[in-house]
Amino acid sequence: MSGMIINGKTGDWEVICGLEIHCQIISKSKIFSGASTHYGSDVNENVSFIDAGMPGMLPVLNKQCVRQAIKTGLGLNAKINKYSEFSRKNYFYADLPQGYQITQFQYPLVGEGFVKIDLEDGSSKNIGIERIHIEQDAGKSIHDISPTKSFIDLNRAGVGLMEIVTKPDFRSPEEAGAFLRKLRSIVRYLGTCDGNMDEGSMRCDVNVSVRRVGETAFRTRNEMKNVNSVKFVMQAIEYEARRHVETYENGGTIVQETRQFDPLKGVTKVMRKKEFAHDYRYFPEPDLLPLVLDDAFIDDVKSEMVELPDAKKERFVHELGLTPYDASVLCEARETAEWFEKAAKGHDAKKVANWMMGDFFAMLNEKKISLEESPITPENLGKLVELVTSNVINGKTAKDVFVLMAETGKAPDVIVEEKGLKQVTDTAAIEKIIDEVIAANPGNVAAYKGGKVALMGWFVGQVMKASQGKANPGVVNQIFKSKLA
Amino acid sequence: MTDLTKLTIAKAREGLKKKEFSAPELVEAYAAKMAENRKLNAYVCETTEQALEQAKTSQEKINRGEGGDLEGIPLGIKDLFCTKGIPTTACSNILKGFVPPYESTVTTHLLAAGANFLGKLNLDEFAMGGSNETSAFGPVVNPWSKDVPLVPGGSSGGSAAAVAANMCAAATGTDTGGSIRQPSAFCGVTGIKPTYGRCSRWGIIAFASSLDQAGPIAKDVRDCAIMLKTMAGYDAKDSTSARKEVPDFEKVLGLDVKGMRIGIPKEYRVDGLDKEVAAYWDKAAQMLKEHGAEVVEVSLPHTKYALATYYIIAPAEASSNLARYDGLRYGNRVDGVHLDDMYINSRSAGFGKEVKRRIMIGTYVLSAGYYDAYYLKAQKVRRLIRDDFIKAFEKCDLILTPTAPTAAFPIGDKSMQENPITMWLNDIFTVSVSLAGLPAMSLPIGLNQQGLPLGMQLVGRAFDEESIFKAAYCLEKDVNFVGVK
Repeated sequence: MSGMIINGKTGDWEVICGLEIHCQIISKSKIFSGASTHYGSDVNENVSFIDAGMPGMLPVLNKQCVRQAIKTGLGLNAKINKYSEFSRKNYFYADLPQGYQITQFQYPLVGEGFVKIDLEDGSSKNIGIERIHIEQDAGKSIHDISPTKSFIDLNRAGVGLMEIVTKPDFRSPEEAGAFLRKLRSIVRYLGTCDGNMDEGSMRCDVNVSVRRVGETAFRTRNEMKNVNSVKFVMQAIEYEARRHVETYENGGTIVQETRQFDPLKGVTKVMRKKEFAHDYRYFPEPDLLPLVLDDAFIDDVKSEMVELPDAKKERFVHELGLTPYDASVLCEARETAEWFEKAAKGHDAKKVANWMMGDFFAMLNEKKISLEESPITPENLGKLVELVTSNVINGKTAKDVFVLMAETGKAPDVIVEEKGLKQVTDTAAIEKIIDEVIAANPGNVAAYKGGKVALMGWFVGQVMKASQGKANPGVVNQIFKSKLA
Repeated sequence: MTDLTKLTIAKAREGLKKKEFSAPELVEAYAAKMAENRKLNAYVCETTEQALEQAKTSQEKINRGEGGDLEGIPLGIKDLFCTKGIPTTACSNILKGFVPPYESTVTTHLLAAGANFLGKLNLDEFAMGGSNETSAFGPVVNPWSKDVPLVPGGSSGGSAAAVAANMCAAATGTDTGGSIRQPSAFCGVTGIKPTYGRCSRWGIIAFASSLDQAGPIAKDVRDCAIMLKTMAGYDAKDSTSARKEVPDFEKVLGLDVKGMRIGIPKEYRVDGLDKEVAAYWDKAAQMLKEHGAEVVEVSLPHTKYALATYYIIAPAEASSNLARYDGLRYGNRVDGVHLDDMYINSRSAGFGKEVKRRIMIGTYVLSAGYYDAYYLKAQKVRRLIRDDFIKAFEKCDLILTPTAPTAAFPIGDKSMQENPITMWLNDIFTVSVSLAGLPAMSLPIGLNQQGLPLGMQLVGRAFDEESIFKAAYCLEKDVNFVGVK
């Protein structure tokens, strides 16, 4: 049970939350025009006559955007609707050149589905997906260049969006956070959306209400528009839920309104009251035919599906012997999981995972670099693990080799060769050193024999030192034991 | 020398080929006629100099024995078609000064076939009107006017008047509820609205997307066939354009109509139908009968709802299509303190009364709470109307009706001005066909006692323009209509 209960003055309250997530579809061109979707182009560089709402221009649906939305739908275990329709959502705004947004209203492309989220207490929960529809993004209004003028950038106008609507299944900020992270992970795996909330390629509207524990009906909800990080979504839910409880307990009522979350102050404030809500005058888009899909098309998209994080995690645990925790960390991003799989190929996967979770991630953090920028290739990390497993070097030396790998980008076997770090497993050579150590430390030998067995570690350390760390510690231990017995 | 402007396209083509006259001579003849008839106000923008340049190129091609189907033929273009580098206004103040940087698909086809454009033709503002009186450039005068200036019909009033007064060899028109057929009837010329989807709408300023369709207005049936063949064709840029082969309509001219079943819809004998119109209707049926066609009565029971349905759907779509004219990116801007003020000022100044009326009706019928009662109901009735035609066409191959209930009326007619519904009643025979998306032609059937032309409408099955051409050609020969003057 991961639900959040707010203990009010008059009793306990349950938090109810649903999310609407706008995901920018990854596609080369916009959803209804041939203009580029490239992020970071010059202002108004990627604008076609269609995007600018020029007279007589007509939209043409980009097939790739449909494929991407279907793929996402399949990734969210959702029903793909073979019949869907486009509608116009009418409103006037400066960054909406046509005066309407082409979206899907009554007949969305994707129907009900679910996403399994994993919670910190180890439990998991399914969050229902209500629908996914595809639509066009608006442009950007820039208000801070001039005190009297607004500037419009239409590069984003017409970029394809998937609006993913969840059921009101969240019972805590934590669940919403887990969902968003999972969703982001899934769309990134699928390559259907960047999932960058800070860049706006994934934007979240949050609906929150509360009810007394035991109540079954929903109370009035408030919507918070465009909350742009997982952390803020969680903060917004908690703030809003507490505000509702406080309002109810003070005898007030919650009215349906659109609110905005202020991340600096951590509070929400009214953006638009219900009476000022737009009347969008939805009606079927007469410039586009209904979208009718056949099985072959959907199957073709299915054939492009990749292994998703849950399935991968499952496989890492059951086939590669990873702990569920390690597996879920490694599977969160597709690149990490793929890097790991490359590194682990043919080697001890569990040991490779340990290296990644430990020294490797620490190295990336320290250098402040991404996985792709790592000087250590997955193949070389695998080799390093192999050098230890096959007793070429010992664990301690491996740590040193790792540091050198990170510095030079060289392969571990090359470093071991260059630095002469190969472990000494020749018993005669080791025995010689041991004999010297025993001869030089009669006091400690006597103490050990007298029962101070903890001194063994010290003896081994002396040998390692004398061998410059190259002696195989296992072999050293064994010989010592027999000599001092 | 004969008046070159009286030649049909077919005759002019022949003359050009035989070097009886040159393409530049033809343009000059039309330019002279345009100057002579400037008081008719048919053209809102003359491009005769450009046409002359085009004609020179055409002549070179003709000399080399090359050239397209319309090589050297001077045409007038309704000012609803975007023409690259030539002002395009839809005869609205809101688009004054707008010069499209692109060419509509239909006019691109015409240019590619060698046509020379004489200029842009007057129309009702945004094609909304049946008399050409709503144009921001003022009304067009019907060339048949005697003492009192008469309307040419609308919305393609400039097109029909220009063809009738020999100010172009033929013209493009668009038809949403009768805008090609009714002015053709009023001006004694021939015009065809092809099946919805036959011609691309790309680059035509939209009025009502699900109804708008381009077509030719010409001096006779053959010229309509020549024009339509060039104008029509699938266009990937218009998702509603049909992937259908365009037949060579000229080939069916002269084929006999023996055995063809001509349907007379009983419901079209409306109360108050002009007696002369009714008499000509019978006469036309009789003519076809004499050619061996069979005349049968058919029923179109939902016709009585067609006007009401049309005046919900067309304004609904228009209210959305015209939202882009906000003064922001092109056209007329009237500044305001806030964005909303700018919208209100620009649109108040830019749109005329009829356009505002339709935007308001359209906005109303799409509003929350009214959508089901109006727009949705209208869509259902539209389906019933379409089904009526499908049923009727089980019993017949073509439907014959008058084009309009009356002949042309005087400009500034008081009853029309005071009650727009009276004006709308003019569309009674044409709108149902538009709602059903079917092809229909208007051709002159004779003059009434005042010496004004009346038109007959032939309606065909979807994509069966050929039957219309066949029967129309047959009627045309019998009628032997003589044009104005």
